[in-house]
Amino acid sequence: MKGWNWEGFFEYLTNYYLLEGALITLGLTVFAMTAGLFIGFFVAMMRMSRYKILSAPANFYIWIFRGTPLLVQLIIIYTGLPQIGIKFTVIQSTLLGLALCEAAYLAEIIRAGISAVPTGQVNAARAIGMRESQVMRYVVAPQALRIIIPPLGNSVNSVLKTTSIASIISMEELLRRTQVLIQEKFLVLELFTVAALYYLAMTTAWELIQRRIEKRFGKAYGPMSVDAH
Amino acid sequence: MQEQTKMIELQSVNKWYGPSFQVLKNCSLTVGKGEVVVICGPSGSGKSTLIKCVNALEPIGNGRITVTGVEVSDPKTDMPKLRSKVGMVFQHFELFPHMTILENLCVGQEKVLGRSPKEALVKANALLERVGLTDHAKKYPSQLSGGQQQRVAIARALAMDPVAMLFDEPTSALDPEMINEVLDVMVALAHEGMTMMVVTHEMGFARKVADRIVFMDGGEIVEIGGGDSFFDNPQTERAKSFLSKILAH
Ligand SMILES: Nc1ncnc2c1ncn2[C@@H]1O[C@H](COP(=O)(O)OP(=O)(O)OP(=O)(O)O)[C@@H](O)[C@H]1O
Ligand SMILES: [Mg+2]
Repeated sequence: MKGWNWEGFFEYLTNYYLLEGALITLGLTVFAMTAGLFIGFFVAMMRMSRYKILSAPANFYIWIFRGTPLLVQLIIIYTGLPQIGIKFTVIQSTLLGLALCEAAYLAEIIRAGISAVPTGQVNAARAIGMRESQVMRYVVAPQALRIIIPPLGNSVNSVLKTTSIASIISMEELLRRTQVLIQEKFLVLELFTVAALYYLAMTTAWELIQRRIEKRFGKAYGPMSVDAH
Repeated sequence: MQEQTKMIELQSVNKWYGPSFQVLKNCSLTVGKGEVVVICGPSGSGKSTLIKCVNALEPIGNGRITVTGVEVSDPKTDMPKLRSKVGMVFQHFELFPHMTILENLCVGQEKVLGRSPKEALVKANALLERVGLTDHAKKYPSQLSGGQQQRVAIARALAMDPVAMLFDEPTSALDPEMINEVLDVMVALAHEGMTMMVVTHEMGFARKVADRIVFMDGGEIVEIGGGDSFFDNPQTERAKSFLSKILAH
């Protein structure tokens, strides 16, 4: 039994290579959320369409990507697809897998948010002559955005941790770099503890940010709603 | 009745919800320019549906609806453009909660009519003054009372310079003490010659400004009468029993 090595622990806690790994994890999260929101919006719009030719592919997409593990998706993209001549680098596969998978979840969140805006609002916007795209842009989207802020925040927390799955295809994010460093001195417990602390620091920081955002948007529209007189 | 310019015309309009429930049955009605038509009838008789069909918020099954001669049900009609000319006021106001009162009044002018922000603001302020809410311009809808919100909603519709206004029970969600402030605005509008279709059970308002009363029951237009004659001398049994019920309160 080797026991706990404090010196090694502190050394890794401030290790530049790991810190960079954490930044990469952060970058992957930002990318997955941004691309996921973008793709997710279009998937949500398709899904809500009354035309089967649009809603059916969207349903299929969501079904596939929410119904299979990201781990399997990444392995198929990186290891499986080359077999039929489609080759992606590690980074490309990671970005693609994360974005596509996250888009499926976000599409459902966005759809729920949009559906929660009352029909009366849509009618009112149409009644003043707005075109469908304007109804969405000026009336539905701003209200839906507020509704989806809490679930969106939870998604960020979840994606921060989920990016670690990309280590399986040797994407050099935080977890992968932790595993690489283990080969140096075999300080397994110390290193994984450091990695866990990094994740914890990122999710905690996000939680604080999320709380502020929700405080700002959680209350009634406008400055604290005062009783009418 | 003398021949007037037709503003809104419904010809044998039928509409179904789902395969079997017919909500409008052979409804025909002509509203002349400057005319005020009040629509009343029991709950579920199709009043809201009828009025929503006029600006195509609901599609019709068959028949024909024209507004200023433009056919509403024609797929080639530019519906948003037509709707921008027909103001609509809803039972639950439907102000945009994420916008201030001023923004509510400006968004349509700017985004739909293409007016400059300056132009829109001038118009919005004039309308707020008209409905007596100048002090509330910077507030959000949730900060206003129901009566105030409904007056803003009327102003929002008027900001588009509509040729006609549709009202769907504009006072029925209001506390009694707020009904008159809204009705006053509507009466003034009627006196200015606005063409209006108003679903309401406010009989005082109907008597005061309605040129005609349309009584609906079970999806049909059962009776159309002149303002006073409908109340004092309803022609059909159904109208009589309806009136006795609402006047009993
Ligand atoms: N979207 C809909 N789908 C199916 N049925 C509907 C729909 N909207 C209304 N209905 C039904 O159509 C009938 C007429 O509704 P409508 O709202 O036009 O009545 P109304 O005369 O305005 O009643 P109220 O006085 O209660 O507002 C009602 O029986 C209602 O349940
Ligand atoms: Mg109704």
